[in-house]
Amino acid sequence: MYIYADNAATTKMSQRALDAMLPFFTDVFANPSSPHTPGQRAAEALWQAREAIAAVIGCSPREITFTSGGTEADNQALLSAAWNGAKIGKKHIVSTAFEHHAVLRVLDKLERQGFSVTLLQPDRDGLIAPMAVDQAIREDTCLVSVMTANNEIGTLQPIAEIGAICREKGVVFHTDAVQAAGHIPLDVQAQNIDMLSASAHKFHGPKGVGFLYVKRGVELHAVLEGGGQERGKRAGTENLPAVVGMAAALKESQEHIDKYREKLTIIRNRIIDGIKENVPHCALNGDRDKRLPNNINMCFEGIEGEPLLLLLDHAGIAASSGSACASGSHDASHVLRSLGLPEEVSRGSLRLTIGEEITDAQAAHIVQSVTEIVARLRSLSPVWHDCEIGKRPFFFD
Amino acid sequence: MALYNDVLMEHFLNPRNAGAMDAPDAVGEAGTDRCGDIMKLYLKVADGKITDVRCETYGCSVAIAAGSVTSELLKGRTLAEALALKNAQIAEVLGGLPEEKLHCSVLAEDAVKAAVNDYRRKYNGV
Repeated sequence: MYIYADNAATTKMSQRALDAMLPFFTDVFANPSSPHTPGQRAAEALWQAREAIAAVIGCSPREITFTSGGTEADNQALLSAAWNGAKIGKKHIVSTAFEHHAVLRVLDKLERQGFSVTLLQPDRDGLIAPMAVDQAIREDTCLVSVMTANNEIGTLQPIAEIGAICREKGVVFHTDAVQAAGHIPLDVQAQNIDMLSASAHKFHGPKGVGFLYVKRGVELHAVLEGGGQERGKRAGTENLPAVVGMAAALKESQEHIDKYREKLTIIRNRIIDGIKENVPHCALNGDRDKRLPNNINMCFEGIEGEPLLLLLDHAGIAASSGSACASGSHDASHVLRSLGLPEEVSRGSLRLTIGEEITDAQAAHIVQSVTEIVARLRSLSPVWHDCEIGKRPFFFD
Repeated sequence: MALYNDVLMEHFLNPRNAGAMDAPDAVGEAGTDRCGDIMKLYLKVADGKITDVRCETYGCSVAIAAGSVTSELLKGRTLAEALALKNAQIAEVLGGLPEEKLHCSVLAEDAVKAAVNDYRRKYNGV
């Protein structure tokens, strides 16, 4: 039995999505830009996928642009809003300190190009207060970008409230919904969202494809120049099989999103409670209730996350420490640091993102394995030893 | 394919001489938790030879394996021989380390030096 509990890194393709894709490699393989009959069949399928995705998030199909994934969608959204702002002399952007690097790195770049950026710090529970966004918006603010769900700690931000503030002040609101799409219901109208990024492989679709929703009236600029695909906003022959797979996967996720939330919330909480009960001096990172149904992120004092991951792997559990992108480096997670956790505590983090197929027995195995492995690593740790003999204070009760 | 070779993994999964020691003759610590790794070596010394070693490591899997290897390499050595132990030897026993993990073997070498120096300070007054 091997338990895959790293669904925030990527998910397994759904069979339905895979089945939906297959004909588009061989039968309907023509270029959707071609005027001939096979090309027009492909164009029709592309449109149907656009309609399916638009229906799930509550927008018009024309407001959906297909991209190579969440990173490209984030890049294009931020750059477009920044360029729109610059044209009218607005060069200030509000975002948060715990965004994904696909947002933060773009903001760094814009800063170097003369934009000013305000990064809001989340509170200790990993939440951004709408009031803080309200206060950060200036006369020259052209964009607010706040993620729907954090990729490491899974906390759900008050997107609808933040969107309402932005709308009232006439500022474009973008949300990186890469971790949220397919996991919690999204409605761009009810949530006052102007731009939204999503990535298929996070909701059991294929890798290498995503989409960007842009509300009509907000000008989108091409980042990739070339052919006139996607109304001239995203050059390059459309990855039709992937787009079809993404639409099928999103539709499927949406169909059982309530059942998913119910089941996973119960198991998630059972794992959190089980670990907290059995392991002293640990803490859940991020608000317990305002979080993705599948996300568990905890810090364990006195140990590092990397050996914890390797031992969990050895015990048949795939997990993550911080985000997968950052796991190769020694740096503590910028997300955990933004919660005010000291560097040494941030390093002892574990992220488990469970999947719908998880059983009660597997959840119990996770709790037992984490308990044993943390105890084993602590028995080797001079930091833990110092805490136990009172030479160093514990950070968590 | 596993992340690390079998020798390294075996030491990481079953670290030798792991944990603290009661009444050690010398203790050496290297690293800080701010930089990411701490290794603490406890020695028993008799007639100028290291008779027992215990090792505690806070850090990554490679640091834990390096501590394990180092504890084995130290047993039976004289203090002078212990001081001559180089990180390259530790890395070699581990089957070679990738560039970004070499610091783990350096950490072990530093901990050995700290422990021997602690012994000399206590017993030789130097």
